[in-house]
Amino acid sequence: MKKLTSATLMALTLATPTLADDWQATLDAAKGQTVYWNAWGGDDRTNAFIAWAGQETERLYGVKIEQVKLSDTAEAVTRVLSEKAAGQDAGGAVDLIWINGPNFLAMKEQGLLHGPFVAGLPNARYLDLSPASPNSVDFTVPVEGMESPWRLAKFVFTHDTARVANPPADMAGFVAWASENPGRFTHPDPSNFMGATFLKQALIELAPDPAALQQPVTDESFAATAAPLWAWYDALRPHLWRKGEAFPENESVQQQLLNDGEIDMAMSFDPASAAAAIAQGLLPETVRVFVPKGGSIGNVSFVAIPYNAAHKEGAMVVANFLLDPATQAHMQNIDVLGSFSVLNPARLDEGAKASFAALPTAPALPALADLGPTLLEPHASWMTRLTEEWAKRYTK
Amino acid sequence: MTTEGRLLRGMVLLVVGIGFLAPIAAGVWQTARAALGVLPAIGATEPGLQAFALLAEVPGIGRAIWLSVVTGLGSTLMSLLIAGGVVILASDRLAGRRGARLLAPFLAAPHAAMAIGLAFLLAPSGWIARGLAPVMGWDRPPDLATVNDPLGLALMLGLMVKEVPFLLLVMLSALTQVPPRRDLAIGRSLGYGRGMVWVKVILPQIWPLIRLPLMVVLAYALSVVDMALILGPSNPPTLAVLLVRLFSDPDLARLLPASAGAMLQLGLVVASFAALWGGEHLLRGLGLIWLRRGRRQGVADLLAPRAAGLVALLLMGLGAGAMLSLLVWSMAWRWPWPEIWPESGSLQAWARPGSGWGRALWNTALLAFATTGLSLMLAIAWLEAEDRARMARARWAEALIYLPLLVPQVSFLFGMNVLLLRLGLSGGMAAVIWGQCLFVFPYVMIALSDPWRARDRRLDRAAAALGAGPWRRMVAVKLPVLLAPICTAAAIGMAVSVAQYLPTLFLGAGRIATLTTEAVTLSSSSDRRVVGVLASLQAVLPWLAYLAAFLLPALLHRNRRDLRPAHDA
Amino acid sequence: MTLEIDNLTLRFRDRPALFAPLTLRIAPGEVGTVMGPSGVGKSTLLDAIAGHLAHGFTLTGDVRLNGQSVLRLPPERRRIGLVFQDAVLFPHLSVGDNLAFGLTPDIRGRAARANAVEQALIRAGLAGLAPRDPATLSGGQRARVALMRALLAEPMALLMDEPFSKLDANLRSEMRSFAFAHIRERDIPALVVTHDPADAEVANGPKFLLSVA
Repeated sequence: MKKLTSATLMALTLATPTLADDWQATLDAAKGQTVYWNAWGGDDRTNAFIAWAGQETERLYGVKIEQVKLSDTAEAVTRVLSEKAAGQDAGGAVDLIWINGPNFLAMKEQGLLHGPFVAGLPNARYLDLSPASPNSVDFTVPVEGMESPWRLAKFVFTHDTARVANPPADMAGFVAWASENPGRFTHPDPSNFMGATFLKQALIELAPDPAALQQPVTDESFAATAAPLWAWYDALRPHLWRKGEAFPENESVQQQLLNDGEIDMAMSFDPASAAAAIAQGLLPETVRVFVPKGGSIGNVSFVAIPYNAAHKEGAMVVANFLLDPATQAHMQNIDVLGSFSVLNPARLDEGAKASFAALPTAPALPALADLGPTLLEPHASWMTRLTEEWAKRYTK
Repeated sequence: MTTEGRLLRGMVLLVVGIGFLAPIAAGVWQTARAALGVLPAIGATEPGLQAFALLAEVPGIGRAIWLSVVTGLGSTLMSLLIAGGVVILASDRLAGRRGARLLAPFLAAPHAAMAIGLAFLLAPSGWIARGLAPVMGWDRPPDLATVNDPLGLALMLGLMVKEVPFLLLVMLSALTQVPPRRDLAIGRSLGYGRGMVWVKVILPQIWPLIRLPLMVVLAYALSVVDMALILGPSNPPTLAVLLVRLFSDPDLARLLPASAGAMLQLGLVVASFAALWGGEHLLRGLGLIWLRRGRRQGVADLLAPRAAGLVALLLMGLGAGAMLSLLVWSMAWRWPWPEIWPESGSLQAWARPGSGWGRALWNTALLAFATTGLSLMLAIAWLEAEDRARMARARWAEALIYLPLLVPQVSFLFGMNVLLLRLGLSGGMAAVIWGQCLFVFPYVMIALSDPWRARDRRLDRAAAALGAGPWRRMVAVKLPVLLAPICTAAAIGMAVSVAQYLPTLFLGAGRIATLTTEAVTLSSSSDRRVVGVLASLQAVLPWLAYLAAFLLPALLHRNRRDLRPAHDA
Repeated sequence: MTLEIDNLTLRFRDRPALFAPLTLRIAPGEVGTVMGPSGVGKSTLLDAIAGHLAHGFTLTGDVRLNGQSVLRLPPERRRIGLVFQDAVLFPHLSVGDNLAFGLTPDIRGRAARANAVEQALIRAGLAGLAPRDPATLSGGQRARVALMRALLAEPMALLMDEPFSKLDANLRSEMRSFAFAHIRERDIPALVVTHDPADAEVANGPKFLLSVA
């Protein structure tokens, strides 16, 4: 036993300089590269953050970032796929993708990803990479170092307190609220990530056996587990905005509807988004965040590198930069992005901890403690199945 | 003596053939192969109809097709009727430069910008509803589907705001070739009402001149993506939007039903052309029977044209309101319901070009100048070659120019991009310039060819008789004399370039961000102020081009009366 | 310098010839006139001589200037001047620049060329009008500018397509004598296509009638 430990230690001490050397080589190769970061472009603050990151990486490492603004992450997946189809196995157009869930699963299964690379990033030491950590499992799909975390997402609702004093306490409560306030609530189209998450949140709460959600979906498990969901949804839908016949395309459009006063509640995967939007003049100051009392779905946003990326080294430098405690603190600043950090506070040094503690607060910004327990994402196959089934049932 | 001309003509036709027509054919071919189940890239090699079977299973596909047909045919037909009515009502008041100047801002505004503006104007919480709120006693926005409505009415309205001015311009320019004054005098002296002369005598004469532009409008309306994304129904959307969604689905197997749908989209357009042809023949037959009856008065005399005029005014009002709302939003900070004007203003969105619009503006301008320059050069080479070869216009080649405008973009862009990728040409500025030229060149060619051919050819002869060779004739006589139409063609080319959405997106691998791609992407964001900046710029750029096209010849030819546009009288 | 036309026929594609074969000879300083019913192809005849036949026309016979066939030469090298019914001045150029466009390149130097243009204007009774927009000239002035422009190119023959028909009666005879005098002074052959018998009379040269083939 003791021998094993010392061997491990030996390996570690031997590995460390190698890692450092490798990283220096990566830095050298990355210098002068322009990283085409394919990221959903619907959020101006995220775009601004990416622009800032580009200035920093150029200053620090000579790596430029060019954000390719997507309206749907799948566009980037398709692009890499068409490149593979055309036999372009190097020099691809996509260097880095902001990715999650089904898109990650699709790329991983098709062998479209470069890696594993996460363990090679120096800043990975601040991450909790234990097997059960949300950094290691993306929608129950093992990450296996093929994508690197960069921001924390947790499903929350927002409501305008000027119009809604007592928001529903759980998903079941939405039916009663909506029937009393017809046309004042909606959710993004389930073909969109956020709309699907709304359905998943209800599915977890309403499922007779939530454990089934951690397994790949089967016809039987779907029929049994989702039945209460459809009953609930059939009761809810007629009371939705536009009688449940049209849905906002994504959460940004939904937020705009909340801002316009067309609806009274919205949802987000970013607990700080309401406070940020208020600061930006994009929501009334009376908007606050709430979560169902049983907790809400949480996951981590990742970046991945396509197998044929033209600038892999630059992409790794960017991925590493995103994990830097200073970057994460900047990102968590409500005036910047307000996204919660993916780093493990226990692994931070005192300086880094202090910089997190010194971040400004805002009335609409919830404390981590207010957000309740984090519910695990169901297996990715559930989301696909759920959205397909929803489309079948409710598309005329 | 004419061999040089024939050589030049051959070269031009070769460039058009290899550069434009072959890639479209190849793109359609690639897409068709995928539709028939062959897309080796994702391991599909078994030919068959399974892609169509998959397409049939896509939820809402039936309604999506129905929506495309209804919005496409409906908006085109309505636009035609309204434009026809306005021409009857006011052709002399709109003749010449006056009509063009009035219509230019509406023609210049890209579809996407117009759609974004209209969406705000028409939304239940939009400008119109805010104006009505105090009267109607709405304390909250009404829960009405005034945009993205399931019937596609908002989309039809948006298309009409853009297409009525276009068809109006087409009709007015056709009327310069078939001057209505004489026919009107004769018809009215025979006791026919004004509108009846138009319907029975004049419109049938201009029909052959507007048929092709009408087909362009029809094909566009049936397959439009950007406007349908913003104003159209969402659940399900129109076929073209559904296809773009399928093409970008993470599940790559969806590329097969997407390709099948792209073929279906092509089929829809072809079928609607056939319907147009059939309708034309039917109407011609019925129309003659009607004509022989000799009825002198009818609803076409006053009532119908006035109604059309009223609707046209309403549409123009909506268009102007939409443009204004973009500008106001771009300078707003908080603008909550039910305020008519922003509660607080801010120029922050304008002050930060780094947030994206600076780069997009640069790319857009670069693309506009490059594509317009190339297209102008090619168009001038084509027309000059025709002159030098002393050959009549090659009608077959001219008809082919329209091909990119008649084939729906979704039907060939995917296939074409696969091809470009294989050649290693996708994703760069060059690919986008070329892709946009596919659509810019036809418009430039169409805009330039009539004035070029209608110019006073005795000037060339006079110059030749004075010893000027072909180059001197072109540079010293033709081009200066044609400065105004060349400028107009350039402005049209720029407007077309600025408005391109799908080609920029597909061929630029999303890397080339233009005002249009950014505006469409951000139209589904939460910040209308940034969208307002992008869409305002998007609308202003072509408008500036039109303004320059108007001012430049007026300035350079200020002392040349015969080259100044006819005075408004 | 003599203009000779030898058995000339013109036809468009496979249609019959426009007119019966034409043969004529015009000596230097002579003004020949061609008359004929409208639509017989008088303008096409001038196009053929000047080298502007549109694609699809076939020509038989010959056109010779000083005994040399010009048919193989491009129009700009035939040195055959053209004057049209309505002057056809370049609308984008001033009166002076219209003349400068025509002025033979053999005269070199900015001052010399400007002087030649001014002299031409003086001889046409248009002194000082060089900077004017041609559109602001009267009909008679335009006709004179057009003629001077054609002559400044030092053509070896001149073709005129109903050159006086748009002018009113007084102006017409004045312009006619002005034009013919200049042609005689240059000692070049000229061919005038006209409807007006008075033109033929004053020209006092060979007369030709185009008749349907």
